[in-house]
Amino acid sequence: MISADISVVLPELLLAVYAMGALLVTVYTSKDKGAPMVLWTTSVVLVATAIWIALSGGGTRVAFGGMFVDDGFARFAKVTILLSAAAILLMSQDYMQKRDLLRFEYPILVVLSVIGMMMMVSAGDLMALYMGLELQSLALYVVASLRRDSVKSTEAGLKYFVLGALSSGLLLYGASLTYGYAGTTLFTGIVEAANEGISLGLLFGLVFLIAGLAFKVSAAPFHMWTPDVYEGSPTPITAFFATAPKVAAMALFARVVHDAFSGVVSDWQQIVAFLSVISMFLGAIAAIGQQNIKRLMAYSSIAHMGFALMGLAAGTAFGVQAMLIYMAIYVTMNIGTFAFILAMEKDGQPVTDIASLQMYSKREPLKAMAVLVLMFSLAGVPPLVGFFGKFYVLRAAYDAGLGWLAVAGVIASVIGAFYYLRIVYYMYFGEDKEGLDTGMNPVLWGFLMASAGVMLLGVINLFGVEGVAAAAAATLVN
Amino acid sequence: MDNLLSIVTFLPLLGAIILALFLRGDDEAAQRNAKWVAMWATTATFLFSIFILTGFDPDDTGFQFVEERDWLLGLQYKMGVDGISVLFVMLTTFTMPLVIAASWNVTHRVKDYMIAFLVLETLMIGVFCALDLVLFYLFFEAGLIPMFLIIGIWGGANRVYASFKFFLYTFLGSVLMLVAMVAMFNDAGTTDIPTLLEHNFGTQTFSLLGIQIIGGMQTLLWLAFFASFAVKMPMWPVHTWLPDAHVQAPTAGSVVLAAILLKMGGYGFLRFSLPMFPVASDLMAPLVLWLSAIAIVYTSLVAMVQEDMKKLIAYSSVAHMGFVTMGIFAANQQGVDGAIFQMLSHGFISGALFLCVGVIYDRMHTREIDAYGGLIARMPAYALIFMLFTMANVGLPGTSGFIGEFLTLVGVFQVNTWVAAVATTGVILSAAYALWLYRRVVMGDLIKESLKTITDMTRRERAIFAPLVIMTLLLGVYPALVTDIISPSVANLVSDVETAQAAFEATTMVAEN
Repeated sequence: MISADISVVLPELLLAVYAMGALLVTVYTSKDKGAPMVLWTTSVVLVATAIWIALSGGGTRVAFGGMFVDDGFARFAKVTILLSAAAILLMSQDYMQKRDLLRFEYPILVVLSVIGMMMMVSAGDLMALYMGLELQSLALYVVASLRRDSVKSTEAGLKYFVLGALSSGLLLYGASLTYGYAGTTLFTGIVEAANEGISLGLLFGLVFLIAGLAFKVSAAPFHMWTPDVYEGSPTPITAFFATAPKVAAMALFARVVHDAFSGVVSDWQQIVAFLSVISMFLGAIAAIGQQNIKRLMAYSSIAHMGFALMGLAAGTAFGVQAMLIYMAIYVTMNIGTFAFILAMEKDGQPVTDIASLQMYSKREPLKAMAVLVLMFSLAGVPPLVGFFGKFYVLRAAYDAGLGWLAVAGVIASVIGAFYYLRIVYYMYFGEDKEGLDTGMNPVLWGFLMASAGVMLLGVINLFGVEGVAAAAAATLVN
Repeated sequence: MDNLLSIVTFLPLLGAIILALFLRGDDEAAQRNAKWVAMWATTATFLFSIFILTGFDPDDTGFQFVEERDWLLGLQYKMGVDGISVLFVMLTTFTMPLVIAASWNVTHRVKDYMIAFLVLETLMIGVFCALDLVLFYLFFEAGLIPMFLIIGIWGGANRVYASFKFFLYTFLGSVLMLVAMVAMFNDAGTTDIPTLLEHNFGTQTFSLLGIQIIGGMQTLLWLAFFASFAVKMPMWPVHTWLPDAHVQAPTAGSVVLAAILLKMGGYGFLRFSLPMFPVASDLMAPLVLWLSAIAIVYTSLVAMVQEDMKKLIAYSSVAHMGFVTMGIFAANQQGVDGAIFQMLSHGFISGALFLCVGVIYDRMHTREIDAYGGLIARMPAYALIFMLFTMANVGLPGTSGFIGEFLTLVGVFQVNTWVAAVATTGVILSAAYALWLYRRVVMGDLIKESLKTITDMTRRERAIFAPLVIMTLLLGVYPALVTDIISPSVANLVSDVETAQAAFEATTMVAEN
């Protein structure tokens, strides 16, 4: 019995063993000198785990009495998380080495948080959910303040910690209410309890759970921490925040509402639709005034989470599929965009002011073109892949009878298009002034170009992600 | 040639890819190569498109040269043309080599410029060939990106404002259409345009937020499509982006905008609004007809007081597009025939007029009307060509402009006499502003010192105008060239629309009794 359970959690287990081992080895041998080595090994391990999970075959397996679920949905999310984490690790090396930030703890902390994320997406129980969430968050609090001597970075870490703790508190409160009224922490048990008629206590529990999860996906009105944390953290960490944890939190969100509360869709649909619509508008409007590209990306991610939530609000298998596709596309776009942001330097110092992009296209036509593609993709203009993400969620929302949400979404996307266009404007129509340094680390260059290439070529068949996401969604929603 | 439409559509893109990948440097040789590659790509596209015209059977009212492949999400990559769309494809492929030739003097970022235009050509042809809703939307929207860059990079002093306004204005219109498309997908279960043309969208009245929606779903869908196409056309009162975009765009950009991009709106009305939502079109026709009539009179009056030549022609474009919308929503044979004819002829005439402005702008670097006068003394050939297109713009019989205006007026007269009466005054007003413009720029004595050394058109410029002159006159004296091709499809469209409208009226009569 126990060996069967272990075999289900084997990827997580091995990653954990790897993290401990790598920690011990580097502490006793090379310390920070070995950090690049650890970083590369970690990336390889993450990619290998992703491939392993992707190939590990179909079927739903449950371990530890239902606390841990390994199904197609979890695997899709895990592969996305692992690959994006590996990509961000590789991208961060150059930046961190230049700024003397590359400590050996960094890749190890990332692995630990990835393990937390993998637990989150596989959670079949409120306790497993909370364990995964906290493992993920604790590692992230530390990496947010990785630049120990910077006030802003420390502030970011502290802010993230305090608000993260608050959201965990909300979530725990919701979990305990749910447990109190359902009599179990297992999702399968909660479903049964909810199906018998949702009691007021259970409804309260649901609302608090959703509020806590909304914090983690940084959906408005629980988004306040995002811009500050994005701005204050070192840029590679910001890139990490924008990708893997968002996927994990969104997948967890889907799991809670669909696994634990699948019988009472109408009760949570309105809440999720509300979160979605105000996230889209807030993200679109608040980003207009931003001059700092990291803050801008923070608001952009809030808006994107709004769109992903639109898919979730549909409450159907197609909605989950749309959400998964949206997240996969979102992560790919963000990896490319942050690869560029990481390379934004002036006289060797990192800059985040978008005005420094003035006439970038003249000095670096190819890179400017790649960023242009990414910006239009983020804005959701066809034929770039970002459009298809929007198309899927719009369709899911409309099919579920949320036509008003679809209309609100497209209007928000027009408002949002403005600030992506502004970046294009600086790069292509701006004044010819002293701007960014030319040249780019080859790894970053590779990720930027690959991401832009995906956005362009994905129009052909989205690289087959559609079918995979459909299969994944089918295992979550019956 | 099973893939003829795909070849024609993607050939310019191939040229753009070749430019992007293989052309290095920015010296004179590289610039010349970029121009020649673009020239060859557009010319080859035009030559291939001739096969479409020769292989096209006008008596077949269905779609021809159909290609079909599976795509994402149950969507299809489906291309095809019928009598309504085939000539727009031809218009695009015909205009683009002229546009490239008109850009021969560009020196700023030539390679990027040519890539932008080639990509734009692919997208424009795609719009007219697409037979899948989402594929259509993809081409329709993607065209904004190159045009945004063309205005923004190569435009005039106020280009940033114009490019943002252009992009956001048209983007807002189109995203509502996107929601409508999702709704249609949901309702009909397919995005295949030929199937949707057969599909009857609901006309049951229902109430939304306390408002009774007569015509039900069709009306809502119609309004969403209207939001997109009316902006694109552009119709009064959502035309305000056009003068800005035209004034700031480079000459070639203005030509493409006026000759082809504006036609997408009219094409959209013909392909979607009218045949797919016939009942809603009938209900909304008075609104559109009056908006068109206002557009014709109002923008003609506005055109009269412009001091910038391009702005004047831009407003005149809005007025001429008013005839188009009027003809389309008259929904009879003459009206729709006339609308298509008017769009094609406006493509030649307005394109030529913007080129005329470009010719003197290249020499004097100003578009102020007051800066000119008496050009006839030094530029006789220019004066002749400008006069021809001014007359065509006015709608002088013998030029293609007359046929389009006349047919649309005949069409609308049968439906709404008052609108026809108001619109006809627009013809007089157009004569007023166009002739006055001509008088101020070309006639009179050459007194301005700066103009004393101006030179007449070069051989290259004359070569650009020659095909446009031929087409304008040819269609003016022998309109059957166009009407023979479009009439069967239009007749089919009109009868379908009338059947659907009659069926709806019959059901409402039953309901009332």
